[in-house]
Amino acid sequence: MDSVEHAPVKNNPVSSIESIRIPEIAYDLNVIKQKIHIARNVRILLFILPFAVMFWSLFIGRYEVEPVTVVKILLSQIFPMERTWTNADETILFQVRFPRIIAAVIVGAALSMAGAAYQGLFKNPLVSPDILGVSSGAGFGAAVAILYSTAAWMIQLSAFAGGILAVMGSYFLSKLYKSGQILILVLSGVIISAFFGALLSITKYVADPYEKLPTIVFWLMGSLSSVRYSDIYAILPAILIGGSILLLIRWRINLLALSPDEAKTLGIDLKQITRVIIVCATLLTAASVCISGIIGWVGLVVPHLGRMITGPDYKKLLPLTIVMGSSYLLVMDDLSRTLIATEIPLGILTALLGAPFFAYLLWRRKTGWA
Amino acid sequence: MGLTYSAEKLRFSWDGKRDIFRDVSFSLTTGEIFCIIGPNGTGKSTLMKCMIDILEYQEGIARLDGTDIRTIDRKTLAKRIAYVPQGYQVAFPYTVLEYVIMGRAPYISPFSSPEEKDLEIAVMAIQEAGIMHLIDKSINEVSGGEHQMALIARALAQQPELLLLDEPTSHLDFGNQMQVLSLIERLKDRGITIVMTSHFPDHAFMVSDVVGIMKDGSFTTIGPAEKVITNDSLKETYHVDIRVEYVEIAGRKVCIPIKNQPGCYCPVKG
Repeated sequence: MDSVEHAPVKNNPVSSIESIRIPEIAYDLNVIKQKIHIARNVRILLFILPFAVMFWSLFIGRYEVEPVTVVKILLSQIFPMERTWTNADETILFQVRFPRIIAAVIVGAALSMAGAAYQGLFKNPLVSPDILGVSSGAGFGAAVAILYSTAAWMIQLSAFAGGILAVMGSYFLSKLYKSGQILILVLSGVIISAFFGALLSITKYVADPYEKLPTIVFWLMGSLSSVRYSDIYAILPAILIGGSILLLIRWRINLLALSPDEAKTLGIDLKQITRVIIVCATLLTAASVCISGIIGWVGLVVPHLGRMITGPDYKKLLPLTIVMGSSYLLVMDDLSRTLIATEIPLGILTALLGAPFFAYLLWRRKTGWA
Repeated sequence: MGLTYSAEKLRFSWDGKRDIFRDVSFSLTTGEIFCIIGPNGTGKSTLMKCMIDILEYQEGIARLDGTDIRTIDRKTLAKRIAYVPQGYQVAFPYTVLEYVIMGRAPYISPFSSPEEKDLEIAVMAIQEAGIMHLIDKSINEVSGGEHQMALIARALAQQPELLLLDEPTSHLDFGNQMQVLSLIERLKDRGITIVMTSHFPDHAFMVSDVVGIMKDGSFTTIGPAEKVITNDSLKETYHVDIRVEYVEIAGRKVCIPIKNQPGCYCPVKG
């Protein structure tokens, strides 16, 4: 029933005042629509940002390739050109830099989306993608695989499985308590994280300290230095599925900010949306972690950045976290491979720069919740 | 367009031992305002939550147009009945417009976002609630009265036939109370059925068609305000002397609590 739209206005004094206001309101509605339209166009423009950073990233690295050469190599893919560069130049560009750039973009976007979705689900802006133990599970999975094998795909698969297993553990543990409260889920995540953290410590403790232990430690620090195209292909399905479902339901995530009673009376199936968000965010995070190792802070900081720009509405926020997250992690990765003579593990850098940056955001008090 | 809502012998208990309310029956038709008054803790809010299937009652049956409400899916129910809770919680600082547009949720499929039509309806609802000036404000920065109006606007965006308002005037100053009450009257005029709980028997005189006094978990009386709200019934309900007097300037009856002498009439509830 369109009771709001087609209101039969009775003649009591208040309604007649309302009816006088109508022309002004009609004008307001157009202004509102126009504002929304402009804001949308600005957000679409922002999508140029990650591509610009990607292009710029092709030019930097320890192995020097002349910028002109980079442009020539790129152009030669489209136009037939005379070959004035070495094979090494081309290999560096296409086999080293390119996959790494793509991986940084994907991992940054995935972690940021997962973080944003979880912050909505748990009604808390301090939540990061590993709240349900995905990182410690993946860390343990990777460590065990490193112990027994050296094949990269085994380590990735084991990390992915470990991450999923930990989240399932948290979810089903929370079900045991038979309390519908979201806080129980957080506490279950804390328990499972601690448990897998301990398992990881055992694995490190028994690992060969000269060969295996350093590998485990480096894996845990997080890095994109050895990413190949095959790694990207392997995680792409999980990322695409998790990411696109989250994007599709993104407006609904807003309703989780209300009390559970309110959400129910608005027709929301809370259990269902909770499950969907957990599955998608876990796919995104586990897939990212298994090729990059543990990279903290991105999933926490980027949604805040997004909220500063566009406010908390997930309809606008989630696409923006893709833009910001991919650009942010790519810049971090560029820094990690160029800042000093040897490479700084990415996970260290995101925390080293992310922590003061987050402190600055808090100080600005415009993070959208403080 | 018509609506009937009936409750028959509802009983609710948290633990199965102590009833919050029992034997609650009433029925509503289109465009009625049903005002439930009664002391704190008699189960008014719980009843309201049962009416919209947030809480499940143990006995009895509540029907919307003859259908058991527990068999109606949430989305359909949300298109017909809107609920304005007493307390509110917003985890993030949405603008009032974003907040109100959430009321369109039952009309929007899970995989899509509000469209232009939803925006228009939300803006209309904001205008109806008289808070157009707040449309871009953050919901966490508005006053309690303004938040109450935003909540009502969100409920209106649901385009409900039945509106449940839990203590819509508590925590509000006189000005805001009157604004809410005149809004309720306007909504009634366009055929929305309203159920509201209130601490103030006065409000029942101002807007209600039917008043139910709830005490110790059931209705002691239900009927028109004139008949139900009397010196005796109020004394019995609130355990203090309350005089119901006609006041010429107001053009209606008002309720005046008379401060008791110490030790005069203070029964201890068992």
